[in-house]
Amino acid sequence: MITGPALWTLIVLLGIGTYLIRLSFLGLIGDRPMPPWVLRCLRFVPVAGIPAIAAPLVVWPDATGGAVDPARLIAAGVVVWIGLRTQSTLGAIAGGAVALYLGLAIF
Amino acid sequence: MQALRSAYGQGFVTGVPFVIVVAPFALLFGVAATEAGLAVSETMAMSVLVIAGASQFTALQLMQDGAPVLVVLGASLAVNLRMAMYSAALVPHLGAVPFWQRAFAAYLLVDQSYLVSIRRFEAEPEMTTAAKLRYFLGAVSPLIPVWYACTWAGAVAGAAIPPGTARDFAVPITFLALIAPALRALPHLGAAAVSALLALVFAGLPAGLGLMLAALAAIATGALLETWLERRT
Repeated sequence: MITGPALWTLIVLLGIGTYLIRLSFLGLIGDRPMPPWVLRCLRFVPVAGIPAIAAPLVVWPDATGGAVDPARLIAAGVVVWIGLRTQSTLGAIAGGAVALYLGLAIF
Repeated sequence: MQALRSAYGQGFVTGVPFVIVVAPFALLFGVAATEAGLAVSETMAMSVLVIAGASQFTALQLMQDGAPVLVVLGASLAVNLRMAMYSAALVPHLGAVPFWQRAFAAYLLVDQSYLVSIRRFEAEPEMTTAAKLRYFLGAVSPLIPVWYACTWAGAVAGAAIPPGTARDFAVPITFLALIAPALRALPHLGAAAVSALLALVFAGLPAGLGLMLAALAAIATGALLETWLERRT
């Protein structure tokens, strides 16, 4: 376990590093004009990045030690389906939570 | 002025429901940090300076595993690399505001403020830059105080809160729910599918690297599909 000054150093460096990651493109590029193909690619950043973050969490959850869990797979499917159908983010979250707890009770 | 104030208000209203996601996450972090042996001041410093739950939990876990400082730092920062993508995606919308305002917005660039804002900006291209900044600030305003306060409450309450089952799933559910409404368009669906599949294929690579590769391939997929569809019509 890291303690004392080393821990404080770690916390401050993690804070600075995370801030620089956040500032990166916003701070450097600013309002310099960008070619259309770059803008097109940037529009796909969210839909290209988020599933890559979510997929391993869904398929190999930490809570089960990385074992595939049918309740979590089904809940994830329900979230995407409701989100697509209703276009409602909060509806999808609520539906996913219900599906997850129902699934955990069954499996 | 009226329009700007209402942009902030609309952002705020959109952000409020995400308190349900942020509050338990911050509480859990406060509890977990206290259990790991961090002082309340150290726990709070982390939540205020980093504001990124997943990387804070990563740091905590690795510290408890006895990892050296540099390893903890590297792995926790890798978890936050996705925010470089957020930063890039916001450039077309917020790039024109003065640097100090962009520097301030960068501190507040978290999963929820980014996802909520980008959806609105893409749905309403006629929004002015000033209105977009107000909307972004409005969306994050209800969340940051809750993040601080709930971390503190968790750290002080310590082990009084029983460990809940399946709380881990709050994060992926939120992510999927934010992205799902955009999947009606074929290029977006293709990009999302490539992204998820490749993230699983590259799972064995060092933390953060698989994510970057999967995201780059997915961006290419989406952009090429969209170009192809436009040429066909």
